[in-house]
Amino acid sequence: MAEIKFQIAKSDRISRLVEHLYAKLPEIEPYRAELVTESYKNTENLPIVKRRSAALRHILANIPIVIRPDELIVGANSVSPRGCQTYPEYSFEWLRPEYETVATREADPFYISPETVARLEKVHPYWYGKTVSDLAAANMDKECLDIFMNHGVFTVGNYFYNGIGHVCVDYEKVITLGMEGIIGQAEQEMAKLDMGQGDYLSRKHFLEAVIESAQAVTAYGHRYAELAYNMAAEAEGVRKDELLRIAEACSQVPGKPARSFYEACQSFWFVQQILQLESSGHSISPGTFDRYMYPWFKYDIDHGIETLESAQELLDCIWVKFNDLNKCRDAASAEGFAGYGMFQNLIVGGQDENGYDVTNELSFMCMEAQCHVRLPQPSLSIRVWNKSPHDLLIKAAAVTREGMGVPAFYNDEVIIPAMMDRGISLKEARRYCIIGCVEPCVPHYTDGWHDAAFFNMCRPMEMVFSNGVDKGVQIGPKTGDVCKMGSFQDFYNAYKTQQEFFVKMMVQADNAVDYAHSVRCPLPFQASLIDDCMARGKSNQEGGARYNFTGPQGFGIANNTDGLLAVKTLVFDTKQVTMEEYKEAIDNNFGEGFIPKKAEELTVEAVRQLIEAGVNVTDTQISEIYHSFLTASFIPADKKARYQQIREMIMALPKYGNDLEDVDTFAREVGETYTDILPQYTNCRGGIFQAGLYPVSANVPLGYQTGATPDGRLSNTPIADGVGPASGRDVLGPTATANSVSRLNHAAASNGTLFNQKFHPSALSGMQGLEKFVAYLRTFFDQKGMHVQYNVVSKDTLLDAQAHPENYKTLVVRVAGYSALFTTLSRSLQDDIINRTEQGW
Amino acid sequence: MEQYYDRVGRVFDIQRYSVHDGPGIRTIVFLKGCFLRCKWCCNPESQEFKIQQMEQGGKTKTVGYDISVRDLMEEIAKDRMYFRRSGGGITLSGGECLAQPEFTEALLRACHDYGFTTAIETTGFAKREIIERIIPHVDYVLMDIKHMDSAKHQEFTGRPNELILENAKWIAENAHSMTVRVPTIPTFNASVAEIREIAKFANSLPGVKELHLLPYHRLGSDKYTGLGRTYTLPDILPPDKGTMETLVEAAKSVCDLHVQIGG
Repeated sequence: MAEIKFQIAKSDRISRLVEHLYAKLPEIEPYRAELVTESYKNTENLPIVKRRSAALRHILANIPIVIRPDELIVGANSVSPRGCQTYPEYSFEWLRPEYETVATREADPFYISPETVARLEKVHPYWYGKTVSDLAAANMDKECLDIFMNHGVFTVGNYFYNGIGHVCVDYEKVITLGMEGIIGQAEQEMAKLDMGQGDYLSRKHFLEAVIESAQAVTAYGHRYAELAYNMAAEAEGVRKDELLRIAEACSQVPGKPARSFYEACQSFWFVQQILQLESSGHSISPGTFDRYMYPWFKYDIDHGIETLESAQELLDCIWVKFNDLNKCRDAASAEGFAGYGMFQNLIVGGQDENGYDVTNELSFMCMEAQCHVRLPQPSLSIRVWNKSPHDLLIKAAAVTREGMGVPAFYNDEVIIPAMMDRGISLKEARRYCIIGCVEPCVPHYTDGWHDAAFFNMCRPMEMVFSNGVDKGVQIGPKTGDVCKMGSFQDFYNAYKTQQEFFVKMMVQADNAVDYAHSVRCPLPFQASLIDDCMARGKSNQEGGARYNFTGPQGFGIANNTDGLLAVKTLVFDTKQVTMEEYKEAIDNNFGEGFIPKKAEELTVEAVRQLIEAGVNVTDTQISEIYHSFLTASFIPADKKARYQQIREMIMALPKYGNDLEDVDTFAREVGETYTDILPQYTNCRGGIFQAGLYPVSANVPLGYQTGATPDGRLSNTPIADGVGPASGRDVLGPTATANSVSRLNHAAASNGTLFNQKFHPSALSGMQGLEKFVAYLRTFFDQKGMHVQYNVVSKDTLLDAQAHPENYKTLVVRVAGYSALFTTLSRSLQDDIINRTEQGW
Repeated sequence: MEQYYDRVGRVFDIQRYSVHDGPGIRTIVFLKGCFLRCKWCCNPESQEFKIQQMEQGGKTKTVGYDISVRDLMEEIAKDRMYFRRSGGGITLSGGECLAQPEFTEALLRACHDYGFTTAIETTGFAKREIIERIIPHVDYVLMDIKHMDSAKHQEFTGRPNELILENAKWIAENAHSMTVRVPTIPTFNASVAEIREIAKFANSLPGVKELHLLPYHRLGSDKYTGLGRTYTLPDILPPDKGTMETLVEAAKSVCDLHVQIGG
């Protein structure tokens, strides 16, 4: 029987680092906003790309720097642990009304001091009309903007308000050549420029910006060297030596090539950190870390420079640092990316461009780091293919058993062909890594614009019932009175028509945002690490990357599959329910009351209207109104009984997730109504759209905005979380669920699919449990599943954590494509995780 | 297709992804009808052969249905890829599969036709000729030895143990693999002395390598009410971890077998 390999002792330092990092609420700091504003004011006469490099230089030269107690790897974007800067060049107006509430909001609270508020208020006026967000809004067709802002069929909010991020850059290049080498490359490109060509100027400006950024990054390292020397002068004993070692490393990297594994780690970290200071984009993903760090590791181990223990400690230090980077989003977005998600996806295993397995010691040690540090970042992933070593999967199963929801598993046998189908060569596709949650890309060749939008597939379904009307406004096409549809095919076609219409709207909205980034926020430092930006003489945002995609993610397959089949069966096949009744039942939430949050909201609105009408409302009346929303007591009893009966009939029908071939095949078709229409659309960077099928955590907030659906899902409740079945509807165990999920067309969703499963810890107990779990995972992948991630935690534990959050401060759970501290999630998201079907007995 | 695929048996549940009842990922088929009436039985709806109604969660559920080997194989084969990856297969539980020998034999043969490994969970209470017919088709026999004292066995299970112990010897000599399991029930056999006696017996069986002590749990007690019956072990608590470990040590002190808690 196999054993769990690379169980390495954890250094005490790591616990101290973690404790320091989580001692208090993260804080918003004003420094970057001030510096970027100062710089922009002084560079109004320059081309935008040079304004960007000048701003980066100004920030890196002046932002306060800090070396935290016990750190070996240094570099922080904020003075306070886990703090964040703001990025007013993308958007800032959302923050102003939230100053008072940002510290107390449910999802991802941040402390902001009165002093910081005052300092931000001083610089904000400069940015009116100058942000990416302003230009994106101006670019968007009026109807698109209205649907995005007011009707919630889709949201492009992520890049509308923030940087794009979502890349894996060429870390190896910085580690090997240093920023000096990058300057050399830029100079070579510069020498090739031809004054006689029309793009001479734009190329020249871009390359100059690259050089300026590279110099700024080098100088930033030197600031850390100086700080470390100064601190060493005050320090004693072991810490003095450590600080001197830090000083020496930062004198070398990232400006010059790393000379050791330690310097490679430090160089890596500066790149990772500074990318997230240049722009507010998240999902800056380290990618195939075990591969590009290996030569340095191997050399130092072989030459006795590092031991396994000391190398592990360095990895652990980096793992802690991943959690030091943070970002404050607006309240609504914070719910969609709940848990301070930074989505720095780091992947181990898989194959190289020639098809050899790449597993090495670091692949195991990265997983060990996760067990030592036990924090949400990085998003650890593992590539699985037919030749993955069994030991690696056993290790991954053992980490999975720890209950943190990592690693996420990805199937080479699906992802590589899916990427090739998008025009990527076999050799390149074999090198893929994962960005953010679940999005495959070729490291440092791709600008994938993953996470481009959330598309709620349940909303077009609602539009079929409303004939395209939402909140009294005709926002969708008129597909006809639903009650007059003569056949299921008519009904289904109406759904497809609605869906196609809104998808096209989303495409325009995405492109409006995309174009705004290219005009207002090209990123020269990031571009210097993405091929072929330098050769093309332009940034990612302008289409400099070799491969360009836009990947908006849809969700709601399970609900729509179950719903469409229910309509087909009950209305058209058995005729047990008329369409009028069905529509009425949906409009009346199947005779059920609203969830408490919605009931509160409706009560507030009802009371407000009464008061406006001059009515004096007593507390008793308010309580009665609230109660009526909670219980739907305003619906006549006979109607209520019929609606509830209809829902029971719906619930009794076969459901997606139970290994029923015909149902699952239909689910595949429903998924394709989304995935197959996107690739016909093009983006502003010369690429196409490609679909993802995953919701991050937006299935909860966007579900809240969705009325009852024909599958019997009640109003305002979560939508199914990815490609999995609707919560609790898969009742035949994990193999049946996995068989159903594997019948979808995963390869068509080349921007990624997300399958969450929850196992009870007993299912993975002992070596036997791990072996069986690996066999289970292998079988799901044999059937062409693309991605899967597991929460291994008992329902009792989660319920107890809700009741006593103080005892579960470090309980990390899988949300959707990423993990987060359970107690930092909103109540509704916690409930959604608890209610997912628990497998294993 | 062979004729035995037409044999019909009475089943009341199929549970996929079982990872605690034999090697690999297994599908458990629960057969209806049992010769014993163990007071702690967590599947009381399995005991009668006849199809029954059971109240559960305010709803009436029909327990038991007849199905042919052919149709059942279609259901079981849905997880064939998992069996292949894990060396798993099917486990017949119950009820008592030896109480439906024609069907059981046919089903086991069909599973071997398909290349699935076979396991049975059995009381071992059956005529010798039935045992001799079934066991050659079983890869893993998981057999209960509940008590060495026949009177106490009779009191708690409704049957004496002589036939069971005799059969255990035959099975041990003839089966491909046999594991002895002991449902460990306070007030019945959860004492050092009683477990030791069972362990000694298990140790005397040729080829048996493992002894599994399965701690009593109350999960099935509400089903008795649902069937209009009384749960006659109402006041006992599941043995705690310390007790179970003491019993494991007690067993180990008198046998050379691998002894573990749980299956």
